[in-house]
Amino acid sequence: MTTAIETAGLVKLFKDTRAVDGIDLQVAAGGVHGFLGPNGAGKTTTIRMLATLLRPDAGEARVLGRDVVRDADEVRSRVALTGQFASVDEDLTGRENLVLVSRLYGFSRAGARARADELLDAFGLSDAADRQVKKFSGGMRRRIDIAASIVVTPELIFLDEPTTGLDPRSRNQVWDIVRAMVSSGTTVLLTTQYLDEADQLADRISVIDAGKVIAEGTPGQLKASVGASALHVRLLNPDDRPRARAVLERALGTAVTEDPDPAALTASVDSSAPAMRGIAALEATDVLVAQFSLGQPSLDEVFLALTGHPAESAGTDDEAGAERDAAARGAE
Amino acid sequence: MSVDDTRTATAGTTAATDEVATAAVLGALASGARPDRPSGLTTSLTFGWRALLKIKHVPEQLFDVTVFPVMITLLFTYLFGGAIAGSVDDYIQFLLPGILVQGVIMITMYTGVTLNTDIQKGVFDRFRSLPIWRPSALVGMLLGDAVRFTIASVVIVALGLLIGFRPEGGPLGVLAGVALLLLFAFSFGWIWTFLALVLRTPNAVMGVSMMVITPLTFGSNIFVDPSTMPGWLQAFVEVNPVSDLVTGVRGLMNAQPVGDHVLVTVLWALALVAVFGPLTMRRYAR
Repeated sequence: MTTAIETAGLVKLFKDTRAVDGIDLQVAAGGVHGFLGPNGAGKTTTIRMLATLLRPDAGEARVLGRDVVRDADEVRSRVALTGQFASVDEDLTGRENLVLVSRLYGFSRAGARARADELLDAFGLSDAADRQVKKFSGGMRRRIDIAASIVVTPELIFLDEPTTGLDPRSRNQVWDIVRAMVSSGTTVLLTTQYLDEADQLADRISVIDAGKVIAEGTPGQLKASVGASALHVRLLNPDDRPRARAVLERALGTAVTEDPDPAALTASVDSSAPAMRGIAALEATDVLVAQFSLGQPSLDEVFLALTGHPAESAGTDDEAGAERDAAARGAE
Repeated sequence: MSVDDTRTATAGTTAATDEVATAAVLGALASGARPDRPSGLTTSLTFGWRALLKIKHVPEQLFDVTVFPVMITLLFTYLFGGAIAGSVDDYIQFLLPGILVQGVIMITMYTGVTLNTDIQKGVFDRFRSLPIWRPSALVGMLLGDAVRFTIASVVIVALGLLIGFRPEGGPLGVLAGVALLLLFAFSFGWIWTFLALVLRTPNAVMGVSMMVITPLTFGSNIFVDPSTMPGWLQAFVEVNPVSDLVTGVRGLMNAQPVGDHVLVTVLWALALVAVFGPLTMRRYAR
């Protein structure tokens, strides 16, 4: 196994916040490594350090065998970054953006135009090529952003929440692009807030919370630790909840948690069979069930299972903002 | 199947639609070979090209280099002309080189405002993650601004000629004066790139810029001969680099002796780049 990314005790401080608090990571070359966590968990900050945009305050990171501080320039020439916010120039057209990036990579004028056309074509952006990017839809913006990242095929690409805020169709398009990148041999480090996205794309997942990796494994391993699905039950009468909880716990043999909604309960189950047993057990009592559903565990449930507390947005929702704050105070 | 086969096989089917064609993406990935690394000059000029494209798409931003200079030239010429020099005609010979300096120095601050806005939008993350000569994004930006400063200079000089400015130095003298001003403005711009990286909002950059520019331009020999000023103000005017610049530009345009003021201006320009260039890059590389 070749290692694409290797970090030891990576730390980044913004003022008093330990945005990244000792991350140890081993990412194999090839495939998709998922970085799963809520807002403010430190995903973006970690990626920015790995992409040489931020200097770590402590610890070490090697990307494709190169140290991100000492060999920053060498790292830059072999990786690409697609930021959480479109990292293209919104005033320029789609084509101009791609020509700009191509020229910066050293393409000749003609070569840059040809490369831009090829990418616009591949990403279904030919029709919009001469429109300013600020007039693009969210999905198109994300695609032009990814296209700009593969002007020169990178060995490793960082995709920072590539589908946040996209509609399902655009999200599927981005997923297709990610799969194409993987099949052409590029290693992908993908951050996401969505468990199903990590499940769809990633070979391995690191779950990150409050600047630390709290779990790591294949999607299968992760889900096994959480339960494959979540059973949600809503009672007609909130007063019945303690009784219903006891019945369900007996039938399922696992812990059942009480939701913020005073009439609702949630339990993780491995499959639909125990869920049906649970519902049947409730049916046998006089507790009235208003509704029930079986679905993928949400990120909250993953966190609840892994940490015992729900996913919290750690105050520093806007990491970039915190970073600028620190900069404004003259902190180096 | 070779790369080229993939591309020709899919090119026809993708052009007209909004669909992502996986095969074409694969083709594009396979053909993304790396050209030779470009020189710092090439990348700087490419960023300069970006600045010009932005002018093309957002022509409103030329407002500050056209309308604003016209306004201050007319205002100050006719406001002070009679009172200071007895007549507008006499005053404009003295004032125009100075108001040219004032106009261009004032619009340098948009460099910082634009950069700060740019950084907040995230496009600088892309630039900073590219394997290029690091200062080129900033150098290119300042080169693009040099074009804006040139436009402002042309506007002011042309307007001046229209309302009675008759430079003794002729076209060459005027060109030399503008060239000296552009050199200084480019160097002066590094102060704003530094501020743009240190301060949080475009408004803050604007505010601090005004605090620096106002004393530098008004506390100089742009509007009046310093000999009537109190001693402490004369002392400030004396060490103010803008005064050297104005004397230099005025001398070159009006064919008057410039003494060592041109040399001092050039030295100031070099010093500004030598100090604020590295400071800027240190923040930029953070």
